[in-house]
Amino acid sequence: MILDFTLIIARWQMLMDGAWLTVQLAAVTTLTGFLVGTLCAVARRSRFRLAASTAGLYVEAIRNTPFLVQIFLVYFGLSSLGLSLSAVTVAIIALTINVGAYTAEIMRAGFDSIHRGQWEAAETLGLTKFQQYWHVALRPAMERVYPSLSSQFILLMLASSVTSQISTEELTAAANFIQSETYRPLETYLLIALIYVALSLAMRVVFWGIGMIIFPRRRRLGTSL
Amino acid sequence: MSIVVLDNVKKSFGAVTVLHGVSFSVEKGQVMALIGASGSGKSTALRCIDRLEQIDSGRIEVCGHQVASADLDLRKLRLDVGIVFQSYNLFPHLTVEQNITLGPVSVKRMPKSEARKITADVLAKVGLADKASAYPEQLSGGQQQRAAIARSLAMQPKVMLFDEVTSALDPKLTGEVLRVIEQLADSGMTMIMVTHEMNFARRIADRIVFMHDGRVHEQGGAEILSAPATPELRDFVSNEL
Repeated sequence: MILDFTLIIARWQMLMDGAWLTVQLAAVTTLTGFLVGTLCAVARRSRFRLAASTAGLYVEAIRNTPFLVQIFLVYFGLSSLGLSLSAVTVAIIALTINVGAYTAEIMRAGFDSIHRGQWEAAETLGLTKFQQYWHVALRPAMERVYPSLSSQFILLMLASSVTSQISTEELTAAANFIQSETYRPLETYLLIALIYVALSLAMRVVFWGIGMIIFPRRRRLGTSL
Repeated sequence: MSIVVLDNVKKSFGAVTVLHGVSFSVEKGQVMALIGASGSGKSTALRCIDRLEQIDSGRIEVCGHQVASADLDLRKLRLDVGIVFQSYNLFPHLTVEQNITLGPVSVKRMPKSEARKITADVLAKVGLADKASAYPEQLSGGQQQRAAIARSLAMQPKVMLFDEVTSALDPKLTGEVLRVIEQLADSGMTMIMVTHEMNFARRIADRIVFMHDGRVHEQGGAEILSAPATPELRDFVSNEL
């Protein structure tokens, strides 16, 4: 077996464009997914039954269905409502919905790990529920689940390859196109596998850096909570 | 004028009745020590005063707030009452200064510069002027507890509640915390403290309330510790010494 990358290297720009879209999708949906997930975690812990059960239903629905099916549901669901959105927008919505559910469970575990005394101290200072979450619980909760959170968002970046199915022109879609043009599928997918590895490693570095910024106590003392 | 009044307060947790009609009152500027064996209901009584627990029946009035009432403004109550816990409950991700400014800035909407000034002030009071930028875990237990007292003081409460604040500390660290509380008592702060430090209670408390089995069993001045009227208090005091 002889591997020949020349035809693929000639289409390098296409791969780079795909990789760039993958990076953008990952960056945007990490933020939106974190927001959705954290809000759902708060809702699940709420004493308002309706909020708690709605969030619970959402999390279970997403965690028990395949991502590809979720993408198609969003894609065809939105278009049946008469909304004609771009593939990228649909991909962002589907990825957010998907990772939001997993993030909700991770953040819920984080919030649950905050000792009752911390909540009571915050409450007796007169902080509102929102302020208790924002000032007292959010950062320690995140710090405790940070390894799971960052792994989840790296998985999200990898899962974005599935959005090639609705013709989002990200890295995998670029590869699909190139291999159909060059008849070199093995080389093409080997190469993008390497690119995905590089992206994953880069994301780890980025998350490490973000951690250094948002957890100054850990930066100074080097200990975990 | 009574600043804290408990009138026939009853409280159960499920099938377990913890308070069987507790009544006592604290005047402005008074220091009250709430003593009794573990499980006698003293901590629960204290927590009810700050509405950390909702009572089943009876009446609690704190600085004019009807604490058990459904239309209580909880935030206003919390502005008037400071509470310090046995386990300090400092926020571990914030420095001592950030722990202290959080309340004034977020709850009282105080400008940061003013909150910092108050922080310096209360930290000096508790002897931690040089620890503003430390994180809680860099402090000893006694220092953490003093920082927690400073955090409460920064809110300028009218009443301070202390829930066994020295129970987790060794005698040396206990001493440094008790000195801070004593200074606070001398400054005229109204205080209710649940404590096992009998000598301390004897020295600084204006009133002693002895709880037994969810009831106020005996109360009076510090002299009740030297000459208990009931066998239960006599027994309790002799065990403590």
